[in-house]
Amino acid sequence: MRFSAFSLLRHAVFGNAWPEQWRSPEPRNAYQVVIIGAGGHGLATAYYLAKQHGITDVAVLERGWLGGGNTGRNTTIIRSNYLQDASAAIYEHALKLWQNLAAELNYNVMYSPRGVLMLAHSEHDVRVSKRHVHANRLNGIDNEWLSPEQVKSFCPPINIGRDLRYPILGAALQRRGGVARHDAVAWGYARAADALGVDIIQNCEVTAIRSNASGRVTAVDTTRGRIAARKIAVVAAGHTSVVMAMAGLRMPIESFPLQALVSEPIKPILPCVVMSNAIHAYISQSDKGELVIGAGTDAYTSYSQAGGLHVPAHTLEAICDLFPNFRRLRMLRNWGGIVDVTPDRSPIIGLTPVPGLFVNCGWGTGGFKATPGSGHVFAATIARDTPHPIAAPFGLDRFAAGRMIDEAAAAAVAH
Amino acid sequence: MLLIPCPWCGARPENEFHYGGEAHIARPSHPAELDDTAWAEFLYFRTNPKGVHAERWRHLHGCGRFFNCLRDTASDKILSAYKPGESPPATP
Repeated sequence: MRFSAFSLLRHAVFGNAWPEQWRSPEPRNAYQVVIIGAGGHGLATAYYLAKQHGITDVAVLERGWLGGGNTGRNTTIIRSNYLQDASAAIYEHALKLWQNLAAELNYNVMYSPRGVLMLAHSEHDVRVSKRHVHANRLNGIDNEWLSPEQVKSFCPPINIGRDLRYPILGAALQRRGGVARHDAVAWGYARAADALGVDIIQNCEVTAIRSNASGRVTAVDTTRGRIAARKIAVVAAGHTSVVMAMAGLRMPIESFPLQALVSEPIKPILPCVVMSNAIHAYISQSDKGELVIGAGTDAYTSYSQAGGLHVPAHTLEAICDLFPNFRRLRMLRNWGGIVDVTPDRSPIIGLTPVPGLFVNCGWGTGGFKATPGSGHVFAATIARDTPHPIAAPFGLDRFAAGRMIDEAAAAAVAH
Repeated sequence: MLLIPCPWCGARPENEFHYGGEAHIARPSHPAELDDTAWAEFLYFRTNPKGVHAERWRHLHGCGRFFNCLRDTASDKILSAYKPGESPPATP
């Protein structure tokens, strides 16, 4: 069924139950492509494999429930104002797909380009931000510099007083940046991929990756039996190292907890996304009214999906400074996700030393915004056995070659 | 917040410490003989296990000394701490 104003009205009037939006099939014995991980990136990969490349003999295997990992745990910020050319290309590719995604999937992903403000608090911050603005414009990406007064007029609740420990000296604004509904992204891709014939198999944990005498992958063992596959694509985010170890590969990845929290819902007060890399604050307001706040990563590697309370507390201190009005708000929920962090804070997309095995990982603390672009270029890479031009700089071989895409230095912290 | 047992100072809160990543990664003894792949392995590739992890910590705001911990990364429970140069203790 297609969603439309008419179908919504018809269901509102007649009260029929909505049908299931995707099947829950038993796994078949063999597929052309098996994707490990039904988060946004894995589901998007399956969708574009079917839609763009006509490969519908695809299974997406998920250990838990679809969209239950980092896709459902992030703070939904979308932007493309990255410094390095390769990063700008892939995030901008994603942003262009976001703009038409709801129509493409016939599913309201609630992409809201309300603008992303990235604050500068020191002379150094100001210079780096302006450099970002210029670099972005050279790459055809909108970004502009705002004075403190312009920041205040764009985002009225913010405190631009000079008496702050880290006063606001200006901000970079990407107007096309914003937020989207994270669950809807997973559900929309799942529904659209399922309609094209992709099998989405939840509660199915991969326990081993099998290969033949020549080293080519042949199958995965799962908690629901062995599934043969010509190609296997690992899109397992924080668990990438664990899954790749099943194929005998070590990865340049460490997994860290990244925490987020939401406040009680309040009336609309924050009209845009506000980020401060310098004092670790990431905040926006959901359509339900909750303030959605991103904290930093914990210091140590972990798979526990929880972290220390001092990490979000640090972020809340910064937010209470920036937004004095928010000081009396109570926080409703706090949670963690496990993010896969690479040495250069850029993703790894492409082929691996094991024939037939592909990987898309290393999105670290900022993968949600890339979901459509990541799935799109990864699907092309799998279908053609060669990296999509936008994905090519992000190969696993860049670490030995020394071709880092250093967003760690560019963003300084989580991005 | 973790409670971390410094081998010299005893159990102290995590924010006195600085994390030092995976332990027991020895710098190559003959650097000139390494090819690019081996250098990448040394510099960037990590075990990143889900389970027992041998890791370095430094008691930055305390005695200042480095030491190693065994920690279960699935539960964050610290199993033991030991001094630099010592082998990791056996895990139960």
